[in-house]
Amino acid sequence: MSLHLDGVTLAYPPARSGRRDEPPVLRDLSLAIEPGAFVSVIGRSGSGKTSLLNLAAGFVAPSGGSVRVDGERVEGPGAERAVVFQDDALFPWASARDNVAFALRLRGLPGAERRTRAEALLASVGLAGAGDKAIWELSGGMRQRVGIARALAAEPRYLLMDEPLGALDAMTRERMHEFLLGIWQRSGAGILLITHGIEEALFLGTRVVVLAGRPGRIIADMPASYGRRFLRGEPARAIRADPAFVADRNALADMIHDEAERAA
Amino acid sequence: MSRTTATVLVSPTEAAEVPPVTAAPARRRPPLPVAAISAATLSILVGLWSLAAWAGWVSSVFLPSPLAVLEALDLAARSGFADASLLQHTLASLSRVFGALLAALLVGVPIGIAIATSRIGRGIFDPIVEVLRPLPPLAYLPLVIIWFGIGEASKILVIGLAMGPPIIIATAAGVRSASTDRIRAARSLGASPRDVLRFVVMPSAVPSILTGVRIALGAGWSTLIAAELIAAPRGLGTMIQAAAGFLATDIVIAGIVVIAAIAILFEAALRRLERRFVPWATRL
Repeated sequence: MSLHLDGVTLAYPPARSGRRDEPPVLRDLSLAIEPGAFVSVIGRSGSGKTSLLNLAAGFVAPSGGSVRVDGERVEGPGAERAVVFQDDALFPWASARDNVAFALRLRGLPGAERRTRAEALLASVGLAGAGDKAIWELSGGMRQRVGIARALAAEPRYLLMDEPLGALDAMTRERMHEFLLGIWQRSGAGILLITHGIEEALFLGTRVVVLAGRPGRIIADMPASYGRRFLRGEPARAIRADPAFVADRNALADMIHDEAERAA
Repeated sequence: MSRTTATVLVSPTEAAEVPPVTAAPARRRPPLPVAAISAATLSILVGLWSLAAWAGWVSSVFLPSPLAVLEALDLAARSGFADASLLQHTLASLSRVFGALLAALLVGVPIGIAIATSRIGRGIFDPIVEVLRPLPPLAYLPLVIIWFGIGEASKILVIGLAMGPPIIIATAAGVRSASTDRIRAARSLGASPRDVLRFVVMPSAVPSILTGVRIALGAGWSTLIAAELIAAPRGLGTMIQAAAGFLATDIVIAGIVVIAAIAILFEAALRRLERRFVPWATRL
């Protein structure tokens, strides 16, 4: 039982990349996400983070290797792997509620039930009563939470998030960290989080995977448990000040820095 | 097919004014609103017109006074001109335009979708649109009359042909503008390609289609009046043509005023529709 990237390579044909000798975006990369795991992926720009998510989501097909869900080969996007985008990707012609209800409609739920379920999902992300709001009336953090509610409406086993907090201000982002941990705990889904925030990756993940490019490959895979500590009631501030957290964060930062030096 | 259509469609007056880089110094009077300046311009033009008619600079046969035009409007509305009242002429013209618009939408939107989504559709329809688009409709009106007679059908056909290309091009541009992320979001929630077209691509295309309708109405309205000038039992163009035959300049100008008023109303109504149904288009 896992979402498994098995030796995937992603290369664009020379005609499209324009250069024959260009290395592939990702080369022979393997990564398994178990249900209930929270895998953070960090790396510099161009290390292939988003490509990795696009492969897992089924938006692009690997040129080598395979992507499997519970052993079955992935041929395209599917509701068991819902995606949360950096720029929310909500439907601006629909209200917040109808954005969430859209996912329920695709699952074949009748109209009245869609409405109540969508309201409940919005309430679960702290947006009770905001169902009638238009998308542009919502702040960036609220929009991201509608996007997460919409993804959760599909009852996915894996939640794939592509820098979901990248466009938010620092204070909103910290509150969203705590919110994301709550979502993870309640949904039981396996989460793949793409981020460029080292501290964010470490605070949230049960594993922090470091990507380096190009070709994109995994250069480190570090276990972490700070998110679990937060869920057990330890204050976020205390966790971030914990010498172990600081040491881990510095180790990850050094790793990314050293790799960048070598590449340059 | 031009991919820049959408940007070209915005008229300069719609573009927001560029704010000054430096803050303006404190003023004693608030600046005159643009609407006030426009109103003043119009008043001066009408004033000059009145003056020219009153002072006899131009013979009233060629330039009746604004008051005479108003009286002609009243006359046309009450007792009619050229065998029909002003209302009947107007309704005849309007029904042709809206009949043609309906037909152009029913045919043009699916063609636009086909051009934007399928290689085969593009191969078939692109050349047809590209040949039809630059042709002045009045060039093929005689041919259409030879084929379909002088009745309503051929008029609606010609107006529809004039309205088709802007609607097709705007639909294709709108369909292409659907955001990749939104399409992917729908796919990852379990939407089929058909669902994506219905729930994501089509709503994304609505603002562009409405812009297309605006341009089509402009093109259709001018084609209609021109077609009516050639041959029609009723219509604003017919009325003007008949009035010109009697040198009834006041009726001619009255007809032009009605035509202009309707064109302005179309524009205003469509802007209202845009604000009502696609308020998000300008915000996200």
